[in-house]
Amino acid sequence: MDFRQIQSNAASQWVAMQSSQKPRILMGMGTCGIAAGAEDIVEALNERLARGDIQADIIRVGCIGLCYAEPLIEVIKPGKPSIFYGNLTPELISEIVEDYLIADNPRPDLALGIRGEGALEGIPRLFDLPVLKPQVRISLRNCGNIDPENINHYIANGGYEGLAKALTMNPQEVIDEVKKSGLRGRGGAGFSTGVKWQFCHDAPGNTKYVICNADEGDPGAFMDRALLEGDPHAVLEGMLIGAYAIGAREGYIYIRAEYPLAIQRLMVAIRQMEEYRLLGDNIMGSGFSFHIKIKEGAGAFVCGEETALMASIEGSRGMPRSRPPFPAQSGLWGKPTNINNVETWGNVSAILQKGGEWYASYGTERSKGTKNFSLAGQVVRTGLIEVPMGIALREIVYDIGGGIPGNKSLKAVQTGGPSGGFIPASLIDLPVDYESLTQTGSIMGSGGMVVIDEDTCMVEMTRFFLTFTQAESCGKCIPCRWGTKQMLDILEDITNGKGRPGDIELLQELAESVKDNSLCGLGQTAPNPVLTSTRYFRDEYEAHINEKRCPALACTELISYYILPDKCQGCGICLRECLSEAISGGKRMVHIIDQSRCIKCGTCLDVCPTRFSAVVKVSGEEVIVPGEPVPVAAMKASAVASSRSSNE
Amino acid sequence: MANPSAAQDTQVLLPKKEATFEERLNEILSSYHGDESELIPILQRVQHVFGYVPELAIKKIAKFLHLPEVTVYGAATFYAQFKLVPTGRNIIRVCRGTACHVRGGAKILNEVEKQLGIGPGETTPDLEYTLETVACIGCCALSPAVVVNNKVHARMVIPKVKDILNATGNSSELRDV
Repeated sequence: MDFRQIQSNAASQWVAMQSSQKPRILMGMGTCGIAAGAEDIVEALNERLARGDIQADIIRVGCIGLCYAEPLIEVIKPGKPSIFYGNLTPELISEIVEDYLIADNPRPDLALGIRGEGALEGIPRLFDLPVLKPQVRISLRNCGNIDPENINHYIANGGYEGLAKALTMNPQEVIDEVKKSGLRGRGGAGFSTGVKWQFCHDAPGNTKYVICNADEGDPGAFMDRALLEGDPHAVLEGMLIGAYAIGAREGYIYIRAEYPLAIQRLMVAIRQMEEYRLLGDNIMGSGFSFHIKIKEGAGAFVCGEETALMASIEGSRGMPRSRPPFPAQSGLWGKPTNINNVETWGNVSAILQKGGEWYASYGTERSKGTKNFSLAGQVVRTGLIEVPMGIALREIVYDIGGGIPGNKSLKAVQTGGPSGGFIPASLIDLPVDYESLTQTGSIMGSGGMVVIDEDTCMVEMTRFFLTFTQAESCGKCIPCRWGTKQMLDILEDITNGKGRPGDIELLQELAESVKDNSLCGLGQTAPNPVLTSTRYFRDEYEAHINEKRCPALACTELISYYILPDKCQGCGICLRECLSEAISGGKRMVHIIDQSRCIKCGTCLDVCPTRFSAVVKVSGEEVIVPGEPVPVAAMKASAVASSRSSNE
Repeated sequence: MANPSAAQDTQVLLPKKEATFEERLNEILSSYHGDESELIPILQRVQHVFGYVPELAIKKIAKFLHLPEVTVYGAATFYAQFKLVPTGRNIIRVCRGTACHVRGGAKILNEVEKQLGIGPGETTPDLEYTLETVACIGCCALSPAVVVNNKVHARMVIPKVKDILNATGNSSELRDV
């Protein structure tokens, strides 16, 4: 069967599904959907459909990115726009079946939005919602729309058309097309993809490799996982195009073992490609042959660095080596090798499908196209987003993300994971592109974006990142091995109230030296959290060091809990709940916390009834309390007396 | 833990009770070619089947791949996935990623430690639970998260910790050994 025939079969299968008289229910089944309880929803749905003898097709799709609303379904009834329902429970799904599938009431009170032709009263269009309106979906074009385990779905939506087109061009023309698109590496460094391919294409040798870097190790980042789970073929097609352009016959996908679902979907996708002869020898009759192997990472952050990644594929400890020679000259087993990240490959397939010029029409002068971010942390609508480059950070946090929950204020946005930095709230109007982010001292990174509110201590947050990079440093070069440890030690001292004057300057000096002298990207970027937090939040460091005070009330060693004697009603709840038996009191007695026994878990603050609000958390100040429990009535009397005396 | 011979202490973990440890190991190795680049996949398979990488396995893998034992040991200790001591039947992984951290992941970890009476990297004496921390499982939008035997529990709160631990003890949701 040739590709045109495969395409027409896939298209007719797709059309038949679209025009089927049976309702269809698309179920978001990414890792996040499943974690939120999607399996239970499917079970409840199947049970309800069977009980009512209702015919409907359930299609498992990837993540559409609205993680905050998981579990999420899209219900399609023939002749009607489809309706999205979120935050489902087994009870709600039963109601939706009864009210909408059986009775035709679309339940606007439960619906998130609609898409497709037509309108439904009381339900907005999904892509007009603030969370989706600013988004442009290129690499995520199919996520949430197609069954990722059905290659025909991908092909019916333009899939492998880019490869077909590439195979009619010569390799140099393919590279030129990618250059024209302005695509830059989405793994973080932002190097021009076309230029990178050119190096590898021009390198002498008959054996060359392409690698897909799916070792998404940044804590707080899940873009690549979602793309691989939702549309693996988009990435695989990109790899084939790249392999053809540089002249590689073998490729590897290096993926972290923590992503079992993504691995499984890739394996299914590869099997289907082989069945359609889209992998193997003489692909589409062009004479181009290509094979792909999956290599599972074994848990080492440094393997996201390209030379360490290659060492790991070769079977060694994943340690980086100095460059040059660059992988384009001497990479895997000493052969010219081209490594791109998952998202880059996912964009390549779109670029070849629709053209470099089309892609370059999105974004800014120097940062073209779109970028995926995983929006997480203290933000109302967490999720996976794809936005045009140059969008204002404010738009991401407030329009797409819906702002900060609980009336708290924004303190910073962290981009680029442990290699990135903190962007303070004052720079919220910053355009999100490679150059602007670098100017703040942060980086674009792979796309983790963690929103931080006023309750987070920036020194503690910096310590958190250094704990990670210090543990993940492979130990090969001294600046990284010892520099990260020294920085961590100082940060621990500061958060423990043992900071000394001069620590900030010492940290900055260390950070600059580690940045300049480390062997690979891990060490070169590990100081970024230190450099940006000391630059934008120096006052927090000073409060910790000079006043032994944590302004965000987050560093355990620097905070204390007190029970306000004039507010305590002696109810005894805190005494019962206290984990360390640090509270003494009695019926109708003002309770007291023994500071020497308090482990500062905050339980008393959580359990004290809000109508009393008698427990306070303070840092750097002392609250005067009685030496031992006294009757509540006595405190009241003295409070009345003192207010009288102050009035007089 | 005392140091019983590798064969003895893995016996309980073996899926096929009749197969000895060595037979099982040979069976694993027989599906590989003996190429150096297979080192990590072999270690992954051994870890998966036995729940850890026993000393004897390191020796046999080294011989099979014509590598010095120290190279195999080096790789086995470099990557977080490999354990040199037996792990529990239930693996609890508490995510310590950034998003989980800002949404109270540390408190969840404390609660798991309290419930199990062990710290990260430790196994309960009855070999029932191993507690691990993981840098990020990519479930950031639904943080904080805990993974119990590959099932992700999202939007964790302290009272839920007891529930998910109890559920493992009572059910047959055991690690695939």
